[in-house]
Amino acid sequence: MSLTVHGLRPAGVESDFITAENLTAGYRDKIVWRDANFTFGRGELVVVIGPNAAGKTTLFRIMLGLQQPIGGTIKIFGAPPRRGNPKIGYVPQRHVIDSETNIEALELVRLALSGRQWGFNPFSHNDRDAALAALEAVDAMDVAHRPLGVLSGGELQRIFLAEALVSNPEILLLDEPLSNLDMRRETDLLHLVDDVVRSRGITALLIAHNINPLLPHLDKVVYVASGKVATGKPSEVLTSESLTALYGIQVEVLRDPHGNVAIIGLEEHHGDV
Amino acid sequence: MWSYQFMQHAFEAGTMIAVIAGVTGYFVVLRRSAFTAHAFSEMGFAGAAGAVLLAGGLLGENAPIVGLLLGSTTGGLAIAALARRATNRDTQVGIVLAFTLGLGLLFIRLYPAYATEAYSILFGQILGVSINQVLLTLVASVVILSTVAVVYRPLLFASLDEDVAEAKGMPILFLGTVFMLLVAVSVSFAVQVTGVLLIFSLMVTPAATAQYLARRPQRAIIISVAISLLATWVGLFVAFYTIYPVSFFITAIVFALYLLVRLLHQRTTWGRASSVKVGGEGVDKRNG
Repeated sequence: MSLTVHGLRPAGVESDFITAENLTAGYRDKIVWRDANFTFGRGELVVVIGPNAAGKTTLFRIMLGLQQPIGGTIKIFGAPPRRGNPKIGYVPQRHVIDSETNIEALELVRLALSGRQWGFNPFSHNDRDAALAALEAVDAMDVAHRPLGVLSGGELQRIFLAEALVSNPEILLLDEPLSNLDMRRETDLLHLVDDVVRSRGITALLIAHNINPLLPHLDKVVYVASGKVATGKPSEVLTSESLTALYGIQVEVLRDPHGNVAIIGLEEHHGDV
Repeated sequence: MWSYQFMQHAFEAGTMIAVIAGVTGYFVVLRRSAFTAHAFSEMGFAGAAGAVLLAGGLLGENAPIVGLLLGSTTGGLAIAALARRATNRDTQVGIVLAFTLGLGLLFIRLYPAYATEAYSILFGQILGVSINQVLLTLVASVVILSTVAVVYRPLLFASLDEDVAEAKGMPILFLGTVFMLLVAVSVSFAVQVTGVLLIFSLMVTPAATAQYLARRPQRAIIISVAISLLATWVGLFVAFYTIYPVSFFITAIVFALYLLVRLLHQRTTWGRASSVKVGGEGVDKRNG
């Protein structure tokens, strides 16, 4: 009997971590974007780009169950999103931690694992071992005992990544982890995210401003602009033809000899070439 | 000194209050809610003045503490309802605070013996606590400490990283309200020692000092409690042999400790910062 149950499981479930059909996001009086269709499988690195306030974070909020879609369907592991899904790790976009915060980084990562538990157990160290392993995985052991308030932007992003990884998620949502990083730290962090995602088979969605440094790493791109969402391989999505067809206005995608991309016509600010 | 019953009561109540103020004070400092804590004490002032005026005959010596609890917990719930998230609460707190303080002024002015009553609420009356008040403080301490023990880890995480805590499905609004009530009750009792105006000396300064001395919350809380205990005991002891008020000595002791620790901390972090910089460059070179 149990064999039959296993056999009944649809083939798509294991490979499709996230699927959306005609997903529409917004509020009662305003649609942010409509009719998004995408499928993300295990181990895919997906980059979400688009102008400011186009609704990139809204997509994350829907996946986290913090906001309800106003149309269409979205399924995560075959079920609608729900708040507190332990299979999702989340790094929100945030401002610098208060420099007065003198709590060591390790404590934050520990709490990401044990913070949901009520009660008080001063002698439990399970979360400590897991937190140290997560810090090791993001190469942040050297700052484990330093206060959060004195860490640099790149160090903090590693700590936040460890905070998200400590509960062994299968999906990782990273909201602008590269902002406030200089180019070298950006490259370092991208390699780290790439390594972690590939080695653990995690599906990662990463919101970014500039797609170019990410092109060597990503599997799919989600382009959110002007109320619409385009998804697919960058070579398919980021072309003048497909974006012009999607938006119904003339959109130019320029490429330089190094493969860098600039999208003209939908964003005021680009200059990525 | 111990032959005087009022000194025994003062030490008993003072010790318990120092412990709860040291513990909840840590969360006040962590959540940057010092202004809220101060607002609670002034809302409590309105409550205390109102209770003394309107129900003084009924409640007797317990009128101030009952009024304090009512005033500060009502204020706490109002603020929790008005401002959903911990940040940017200052405006709402200030608006509620100004109104209640005005109300307190009216109540105290209407009360015949208003000068003495106002003075003891504003600056503390630890040398005047009765055995009943000591027992009431004991009950409150047990309630506060057990509540903190239950919500400890969720509250700590929600205070450090509210966005991630919310995404993890933790009850942010509930935790925020529990925190407000914990502070409101702790403040109401701490007012007996320090008075409304000097509430920071037990609810904020010890925890702020402890934050410099420990990077782990549990240790910081222990140090915070130790500092408020030390200040309360030494304050009571010195005040007994001099003619000066207890609250003054407590504020002076915690302030002196804060200054000392802050100075030492600055010197050590400057030293550490320069050495870390050198180490950091070495690591970067290896990676490159």
